[in-house]
Amino acid sequence: MNERATAGRMGSAMRLRGLMRKEFLQIIRDPSSVAIAFLLPVVLLFLFGYGVSLDAEHVPLALVVEQPSADTATLTGAFHGSRYFAPVHFSTMQEAEAALMANQVQAIVRLRGDFARELRSPAGAPIQVIVNGVDANNGRLISGYVEGVWSGWLQEWATQQGMTSLFPVEVEQRVWFNAELRSRNFLVPGLIAVIMTLIGALLTALVMAREWERGTMESLLVTPVAMREVLLGKLVPYFLLGMGGMSLSVAMAVWLFAVPLRGSLFVLFAAAALFLLVALGMGLLISILTKDQFVAGQVAIVVTFLPAFILSGFIFDVGSMPFPVQVITHLIPARYFVAILQSVFLAGNIWSVLWPNALALAVMAFFFLGMSRRKTRKSLE
Amino acid sequence: MWKRIAALVRKEFLALLKDKKSRLVLIVPPFLQLLVFGYAATYDLKNVPYAVYNEDRGAASRQLLAGFSGSPNFSLKATVDHDGQIAPLIEGKKVLLVLHIGPQFSRDLALGNTASLQAVVDGRDSNTAMILLNYVRQIVFSFNRQQMVAQGRASLPARLVTRAWFNPNLESRWFIVPGIVGLLTLVVTLLVTALSVAREREQGTFDQLLVTPLTPFEILMGKTLPGFCIGSLEATLVTLVAVFWFKVPLLGSLLTLYVGILLFLLSAIGVGLMISSLAVTQQQGLLGAFLFLVPAIILSGFSTPIANMPPLVQQITLLNPMRYFLVILRGVFLEGTPFALLIPQFWPLAVIGIANMLAAAWLFRHRMY
Repeated sequence: MNERATAGRMGSAMRLRGLMRKEFLQIIRDPSSVAIAFLLPVVLLFLFGYGVSLDAEHVPLALVVEQPSADTATLTGAFHGSRYFAPVHFSTMQEAEAALMANQVQAIVRLRGDFARELRSPAGAPIQVIVNGVDANNGRLISGYVEGVWSGWLQEWATQQGMTSLFPVEVEQRVWFNAELRSRNFLVPGLIAVIMTLIGALLTALVMAREWERGTMESLLVTPVAMREVLLGKLVPYFLLGMGGMSLSVAMAVWLFAVPLRGSLFVLFAAAALFLLVALGMGLLISILTKDQFVAGQVAIVVTFLPAFILSGFIFDVGSMPFPVQVITHLIPARYFVAILQSVFLAGNIWSVLWPNALALAVMAFFFLGMSRRKTRKSLE
Repeated sequence: MWKRIAALVRKEFLALLKDKKSRLVLIVPPFLQLLVFGYAATYDLKNVPYAVYNEDRGAASRQLLAGFSGSPNFSLKATVDHDGQIAPLIEGKKVLLVLHIGPQFSRDLALGNTASLQAVVDGRDSNTAMILLNYVRQIVFSFNRQQMVAQGRASLPARLVTRAWFNPNLESRWFIVPGIVGLLTLVVTLLVTALSVAREREQGTFDQLLVTPLTPFEILMGKTLPGFCIGSLEATLVTLVAVFWFKVPLLGSLLTLYVGILLFLLSAIGVGLMISSLAVTQQQGLLGAFLFLVPAIILSGFSTPIANMPPLVQQITLLNPMRYFLVILRGVFLEGTPFALLIPQFWPLAVIGIANMLAAAWLFRHRMY
């Protein structure tokens, strides 16, 4: 190792320190970066952690009992006893239908006048159920809940009549990792992935474009600074900010929303660091390719949030998408991070899930950062 | 006055469209995204990978399992022959469901006892798990009916006859695609407005604009009209794709739909301009755009029902223009809701829009640094 090389390395370290110092000052002077890293996750997790839930409870339900009897009383009692329903009684079907049209109730259950008689006839009694199908997913959940109440009541009724085992086969369900099927447990880890995508891209999407637009890039070009150092100087401060945001999100998930964290914290943060490199690299590349803050901002809005929200498997199951769309989802970094987060939070360190997804993230980080490096030439056009 | 506004509108269009990259960003992504998202965003499960662990030797268990292998919702990935194999399959996400049938299954059935089918489900995605269990129950239910007929037993004393209004097959695409129309309209409007004043501020051209004879109202009009043009054009194109490509029924009147679209644009542009005039740099404008966009979409009822939110959050959604627009879109598309019934959705949009516009116009002159 000769002296010049050592001196060169020290010079490089010094230059890098100078660049980072400048970047940190810029961050502190325009507090919007700090806001992105810390305010964004807190506000979003607060709103979504409390606001987003797929568990329908107290669904307003219209009960139309045309002729009350002891049998109908036990059935309506079962609906009143269920935490899924908030039943409202209507005396005629017209009124109930009007309420459904006006969105005052989500479903109607109708027991006809001859319910008690038909119940004892060989053909059995029909129970008419109408659900509002506009929100198909919700409609299906509601009809599932109605089925639950109905089969529980039926079993009880049959036992009272002295019949045994009404159904030949019963389903005994075992739900792993999330026994009570609490939707917050999978939505909150998924939200962290969406939020980190935003933070990463937002932090860096404008930084290179800003230097070009303001002409400070040209000043940098005439200094002995290498492009590699400029990129590194941009990356390190924002990486630290991003990891700060990540820590805050994890803390909120665990302490505020009581999402179980079954895997190790180290694995979680290693994966987060990898993902952050991808997200920051993506922002940096947008910034370098557009060289214009306005366009960079537009691109960042278009390519980050909606794809991460819809195509990452955070809320819509990737396996059920048509094949060409599944191929596209492989280009969305959030997809891999969502898989890692849901496993580490709910299931533990499952290496067969972690390795392939971490590898994909590493490839993407390499691609984005490599492309950023290649596209930044130390010259004017 | 109109001449001045026209000149400003022309300048705004030039600023938006003269740059090739910017033009591409406004036109290409909304289309691609509608196509991709329209297919991607569905709660209906297809080809759910599952495994079977059958300890029973009888014909009944095979008949029950045939119900699963014959369903398009399920696809068999593995068969298991001892307990220890279940965990790695589910943990590694190779399958989402393992069906376990005990050795007593056929005997229990033949004796008239209740036999049990154990369904082990991956609960990491609890919504998928819940839908999945509903599918399992449906298959078991139809197997039960066959069994009861075969055993010569009377049918059940009471049965459910379920119908879904407005969407008889409960296709979630019908529900999601009109929502995506709203999403993309919002995104495009924000793209056009949220950074526009901030850019002029940062570059100093806004000060020049302020010293011209243009009044704040005229500047506001100049900034608003391009958003209206581009927004309504995109909304139209996206609606056409929804109707003709995705075959979502459009039952209501076009007039009602367009009143909704215009009022929504008014409010979205208002919010965009408000963000833009609050921001001093484009970085701040971008942050503001996201701080509005993300909650506006997640708390709109697009993917999760507003009724499931806690009361306080439900109150907050009253400030969200997307919330009203989604009710209008879904009502007009799927229910054919008449104009009069949607008035409670129309006026909040108008109020939100006008309030934000006034605030933005005020900020033009009063936020200087």
